[in-house]
Amino acid sequence: MTPELKGFLLFSVLKMLAVFTMVMVGVALLTLMERKIAGWIQNRPGPNRVGPWGLLQPVADGIKNFAKEETRPAEASQGLFMLAPAMAFIPAVTLMAVIPLAAPLPLEVDWTLPLIGRIVHTGDLPLVVADLPIGFLFILAMSSLGVYGVALAGWSSNSKYSLLGGLRASAQMVSYEVALGLSLIPVLLLSGNVAFSELIARQQEGLWFIFPLTLSFFLFLVSGFAETNRLPFDMPEAESELVAGYHAEYSAMKFSLFMIGEYAHIVTIAAMIATVFLGGWDIPFTTWDEQGGVLQTLATHAAFFAKMFFWIFFVMWIRWTLPRFRYDQLMSLGWKVMLPLALAYIMVTAGAIWGIDRAWPAAGPVGRSAALFGLNLVICRLVFFRLDRGRVMRGVSSRPLARARVEG
Amino acid sequence: MAIGVKVMQRPDRGVSYVRATLKGMALTFKHLLQPKVTMEYPEQRSSDDWRISTRLRGTHRMLTDEQGRTKCVACGLCPQVCPANCIKLVPGEDEQGNRYPLIYEIDEFRCVFCGYCQEVCPEEAIHVGVHYENAEYSRDRFVYDHERLVAQTHPVSTLWDPADPRGE
Repeated sequence: MTPELKGFLLFSVLKMLAVFTMVMVGVALLTLMERKIAGWIQNRPGPNRVGPWGLLQPVADGIKNFAKEETRPAEASQGLFMLAPAMAFIPAVTLMAVIPLAAPLPLEVDWTLPLIGRIVHTGDLPLVVADLPIGFLFILAMSSLGVYGVALAGWSSNSKYSLLGGLRASAQMVSYEVALGLSLIPVLLLSGNVAFSELIARQQEGLWFIFPLTLSFFLFLVSGFAETNRLPFDMPEAESELVAGYHAEYSAMKFSLFMIGEYAHIVTIAAMIATVFLGGWDIPFTTWDEQGGVLQTLATHAAFFAKMFFWIFFVMWIRWTLPRFRYDQLMSLGWKVMLPLALAYIMVTAGAIWGIDRAWPAAGPVGRSAALFGLNLVICRLVFFRLDRGRVMRGVSSRPLARARVEG
Repeated sequence: MAIGVKVMQRPDRGVSYVRATLKGMALTFKHLLQPKVTMEYPEQRSSDDWRISTRLRGTHRMLTDEQGRTKCVACGLCPQVCPANCIKLVPGEDEQGNRYPLIYEIDEFRCVFCGYCQEVCPEEAIHVGVHYENAEYSRDRFVYDHERLVAQTHPVSTLWDPADPRGE
């Protein structure tokens, strides 16, 4: 093995360890954060008994879940029942591998280490475990694998509630996966690339994609909620209808794995929103962060973390704001609103980019983004003020049939 | 429609889901920043706007006279009136002919805390008290004997006063 390969392997393993630890510790703290925010929004203090401000609550939960008895339904399909939590957990944790966490770190290393031998690293060290050229396609593929865990858990439990939860999960995932994928097509149109490092570079040149692609961002956000099975789209669990849905039969650490998977998924979706639409680790209004250096790396990581953290908070905030959708509303929103909207938006964006490039060839990235932003203001005005007047979501009472029944 | 059911007139036309969501988020965020209303029980037992009622019927207490002797004369009215049959009373008599309880036990598990024993007692000896923290490690500790009933120090219940039904 050459010293360069050794260096690459060593730093890759270190990055993997760092990211995995960060995600697992982060997920543990997120469970506490969720309960804290749940408390605060309901004017309660939230968990505060274990450790200072309840900070050791996740540890207590972990110990409890390890110590609890694992129940196995007698008629369950044992193999799949054991496999399902892992299948929900592993894809969710894998996702963070492709998200760039900070600006590349210039690193010149020529060390001789015991056991390993001489290692060499030259040039920029990208602060991402795997800077895949397929970028967000990998995320789309892996995150939809997560539904296998949920669907299998529902089916193998041999319980009607679990089965209904699993069915709902798969139907919901199919519906919203389409909108999720289609909402990223305009990003591809604008950036011409799917790799995250390229996406960030394009956003540094022009504006953050939330401005030229506002509606895309909105569609991605909503389908992201559906993708993570979070309220208002937590149909697969829906405790008021399905007991606990797909994980009704799970206990102890297997149940914990589902929870960890869910929170890891939230982290990924938040990281993805931050990267694709909010410039990733980019610090706005300055090019200082692109020069490279230890300080720059730390600062850009803080910027990335702040953006990601806001969207994690947003997910929890929404949870305590919106009630759960009815199942048919969920489906009609997915197929009748999100999908046509995403398709129409692809056409409009493609046309607009073509038009801008024709009419204003000297626009440059910023001019192009600004022009698209103007267009988006008009589109959002139309969508949120014209289309969204009792047409997006309608209560039962507004349907002609139900209305006739009530009045007649 | 059942009596007293409030029917919300919800608008179903001309309403925006997205803007309603934003409004809701503003509301929940406002609550996020508001002061917490939780009274954290073991540390804080009463606040300015809440205290435990003096009419609470909790753990029993036997009162004593000035010499520290029990007020109970073992008349047998409280075991008689007790609907849960939780009072065990064996009367005794000393040389002067004064009756006193040889055994007086109350099973707090059986007790339904109706307070009849306090109401019926002619000597105002047995009382139900304003006290509710009586956790123990074993079940037999819940049978309070006479000595333990005398040793209780919590305030006694005022019960319900017909002249002041709302406790004002």
